[in-house]
Amino acid sequence: MHGLIFRTIQAFVTDSFGSDYWSRVIVRSGVDVPSFEAMLQYEPAHLCALLSACAEELDRSQDVILEDIGAYLITHQKHASIRRLMRFGGDSFPELLHSLDELPGRTRLAVSGLDLPQIRVREPILHQYTIDCVGPPAGFGHVLVGLLRALADDYGTLAVLTHVGRRDEAEVIEVSIVDTGFAEDRGFSLSDAAEATVQ
Amino acid sequence: MIGSLELLASLRPLHICIGKTGHITQSGRSIAKLGSGNLVGQRFLEVFEVQRPSRPSDMTGLRQLSDQVIRLRFRAEPDLALRALVLDDRSGGLILDISFGIAVVSAVRRFGLTAKDFAASDLAVELLFLQEAKSTAMAASFNLNTRLNGARLAAETEALTDGLTGLHNRRALDGALMRLGQSETDFAVLHMDLDRFKTVNDTLGHATGDTVLKQVADVMRAQTRQNDLLVRMGGDEFVIICPGLTDHLRLAGLSDALISGVSDPTLTERQGAQIGASIGIAISASGLEPATIIDRADIALYAAKRAGRGCHRVWTPDMGTSLSELDA
Repeated sequence: MHGLIFRTIQAFVTDSFGSDYWSRVIVRSGVDVPSFEAMLQYEPAHLCALLSACAEELDRSQDVILEDIGAYLITHQKHASIRRLMRFGGDSFPELLHSLDELPGRTRLAVSGLDLPQIRVREPILHQYTIDCVGPPAGFGHVLVGLLRALADDYGTLAVLTHVGRRDEAEVIEVSIVDTGFAEDRGFSLSDAAEATVQ
Repeated sequence: MIGSLELLASLRPLHICIGKTGHITQSGRSIAKLGSGNLVGQRFLEVFEVQRPSRPSDMTGLRQLSDQVIRLRFRAEPDLALRALVLDDRSGGLILDISFGIAVVSAVRRFGLTAKDFAASDLAVELLFLQEAKSTAMAASFNLNTRLNGARLAAETEALTDGLTGLHNRRALDGALMRLGQSETDFAVLHMDLDRFKTVNDTLGHATGDTVLKQVADVMRAQTRQNDLLVRMGGDEFVIICPGLTDHLRLAGLSDALISGVSDPTLTERQGAQIGASIGIAISASGLEPATIIDRADIALYAAKRAGRGCHRVWTPDMGTSLSELDA
């Protein structure tokens, strides 16, 4: 499994709670890797062990932790480039939602070997979206909820997002857009790239 | 049916129409953002310089490029390479469909372009996405490489260092001898063995023994030159390689300084536990393997011990080439 996934969990725990917590998570998980590298591959079984150790050490459910990781990726200054790459998806939050089908493909373009679940987006009723995530890694739907919630904020859109659980083979997310002009858009311009990539 | 000029304006944000007099008659909405303002009414060849495949200076020359892809640039922005397809508009004028090609990344930065400045079918935004994603991934890889390289250097140093004294170890000696064997440099080998060190270890304990070894290493560092190689072979046995030093008098002086430094009674800080050292020296000679020189220093060391310890001996041919010969 791609090191970026593990590195992200490590960065989230370290940046949000401190490196002591990360050491404790590692000890509790029984994983024999003290620190993960973004550009190496690791045993997929580590993911499950790490997440359950995180849940116990941080005293919250895995679902909540995964959501927090999604939000962390968009809001933390260290990952400004991820926010930018997501904002390439569309000029508005609804456009971004409609571009999510392309997310796994875009991700593969960016980092070959980083495989995300297949994503299907429908808008059966205006402003009411249903997002299906099919395939591993399990729990990705929760990360996506955190990611999209933070991005809705970023676009200045008021939206309600809910992970409604599994249906057939898919993790299902429901999104209801209340107001696309709720707050000021944090903005995005193609030409800011120079600063973002320095991160 | 939509008019052709209107169609051009909605589909191609980066086009230019040139009338038969060579003046620009229409330009796409994004052209004006490229630093030269509204171009309509200006002479095309005064605003742009066509570079390839030919360098036309008038409308006739330009017209000959119809149906070809040309390279051109703004005279005001000479660093921005553009390319364009030239089309004959069938009424004496020309239409140029312009693209940035690979220069799109710098063009976007230079002029603050947005997705709307490109045709909807243009992959420019995907190219920019890819460029940013690639930079981010490369930065992560670069980071990893830097850390791995740091770890590699630390491991290499550790693999060549004696943990207790910080001197080099036997592996480092092998590498140095190999390099010396391939070079023309003359060198001397000093093989030093501590006298009565076993007694210190047995009576004062291993901790004191270790301290003494560290102090011996300090003596060696103080008495040698910067490019001499100091090696702890294990136990109380040391080797010093002195590249370029073959003068017997200077080697004798170095040996005396080492022996007197090591024999300093304050080294062990206790009465009755004074150590000493014996040294065997051999000097390289052309055509000899470095391993042979090491053997000779070993024989000379044995001779120094037989001469009553606390002294040095330089190998001479009468000592022979093996320890058994010396005993005979």
